[in-house]
Amino acid sequence: MKEVIFEILENRRITPGGIFRTELAGDTSDIARPGQFVGLKLDGLYLRRPVSVCDAAPGRLTLIWRVVGAGTRQMSEMRPGERLSALSGLGNGFDAEVSGDRPLLVGGGVGVPPLYYLAKKLREAGKDTAVVLGFATASEAILAREFAGLGCDVTVTTVDGTAGTRGFVTDALPAGRTYFYSCGPEAMMKALNGALGIPGEFSLEERMGCGFGACMGCSRMTVSGSKRVCRDGPVFRKEELIW
Amino acid sequence: MVKDTDRLATELCGIRLDNPVIPASGTFGYGYEFAELYDINILGSLSFKGTTKEPRFGNPTPRIADCPSGMLNSVGLQNPGIDRVISEELPKLRAVFRKPVMANVSGFSPEDYAYSCEKLGRETQIGWLEVNISCPNVHGGGMAFGTTPEGAAEITRAVKAVTGKPVIMKLTPNVTDIVSVALACEEAGADGISLINTLFGMRIDLRTRRPVLANTFGGLSGPAVLPVALRAVWQVSHAVKIPVVGMGGISSASDVIEMMMAGASAVEVGAANLVDPFACKKIIEDLPSVMDRYGINTLEELGKWEKM
Repeated sequence: MKEVIFEILENRRITPGGIFRTELAGDTSDIARPGQFVGLKLDGLYLRRPVSVCDAAPGRLTLIWRVVGAGTRQMSEMRPGERLSALSGLGNGFDAEVSGDRPLLVGGGVGVPPLYYLAKKLREAGKDTAVVLGFATASEAILAREFAGLGCDVTVTTVDGTAGTRGFVTDALPAGRTYFYSCGPEAMMKALNGALGIPGEFSLEERMGCGFGACMGCSRMTVSGSKRVCRDGPVFRKEELIW
Repeated sequence: MVKDTDRLATELCGIRLDNPVIPASGTFGYGYEFAELYDINILGSLSFKGTTKEPRFGNPTPRIADCPSGMLNSVGLQNPGIDRVISEELPKLRAVFRKPVMANVSGFSPEDYAYSCEKLGRETQIGWLEVNISCPNVHGGGMAFGTTPEGAAEITRAVKAVTGKPVIMKLTPNVTDIVSVALACEEAGADGISLINTLFGMRIDLRTRRPVLANTFGGLSGPAVLPVALRAVWQVSHAVKIPVVGMGGISSASDVIEMMMAGASAVEVGAANLVDPFACKKIIEDLPSVMDRYGINTLEELGKWEKM
């Protein structure tokens, strides 16, 4: 973890429902694994805002997030050229090493972005990667083309049937997969936990104070005791979680 | 010219501090995780996470809310319990921090407090016992003892009876007359007073129309409370003869100096650590130049000069 001052290269709305894509320039050397996040310091707001990493390369960082409150509303007004303080490389991230040959990635809504960087790593390692993405409606569907561009086998589901398969991600799960990785609404992940018989890991969300393990604000009880979502997580192995 | 190291030195209950900066309980864990970020031996001391007799998960989440110039927490004294603190956390801290540590202790009865203070008091790395009678986030204990002079005195006596280590009573600002509580602690034998704990508050989510915190209420900390803390430290330090540790919203070297001018012998830095994990390091590094700006030769002269 370290504090990095990023420069905003681009910040634009990509869906009518208020999902934004932010491109940043700065030191990403502390981002070691997909599924990690950054803590953004925004003017006039006291606590940092945790935002998961969608993609990272040396000197470049991509965040995709949705406007939900005061912090993200302010982030929607960030302009290219402005500077942004971030604590970089927070959280444990996904373990791409344990995927087996045929991993499955399941994302829901604005939980999809951190899976992109993971898919990139898995494809670089030559894994046959399937991706199931669930959205409310076609206009809120994000990143499907980008996952396909990495060579993943992509299935999209929408609740209203305006794109892909009508229904939920659990209606479109492929068979024959070795390991799964998931990030999305808690209800989706809970359903997935029951529907998938293979091992895997979930990335959780919780309201955080510090984002690096000091305040104990985001604790969650697991089978091995209380864990901090920000530091011991946000990614937990399936068998650790109590739903 | 006095050396920088001596310019910052202060003393708390007979123990020398290289500087007055102490991370506040609940914002620094048991210290060792911050040691991955910088050498924490630069700190004056540190006050570790509030420890209770039994392990506690704390309150349901969400238990953090952002506020103008501050934050609310309703963590509720999450800690692994005193036995694991002694067997697991303190050895890890000892490996990275060689100075006396402030043990923050909480409880739900005088017997609880005495049990934990007696055990922790026997640990050689513990310099002071900071007895929290001011947590707003637990029922049937915590703040209940700190809101009356009688309750505060009862816990002070119970703890003083079982340990020879300096006992610092940590007070709540959520009272009508904080001076009367401080005086009761002093009369019951307290060796020092620390203040302020958080201010009782709440926030409501406009979309759900429900409190943001699952526990409804929480404690406010951060720069928003600095003026309240300065007032309370001023009042208490002018009323008692024992040393006062000032805290509440300190985020910079100038805040440290202001708090010492209010009468504090040392200070604790809390919420600032959560926004910037390097906050205490930066504050300590900034102190000499800020002292120069205001013509302050040594920090130790501040409190004494103000009290004359």
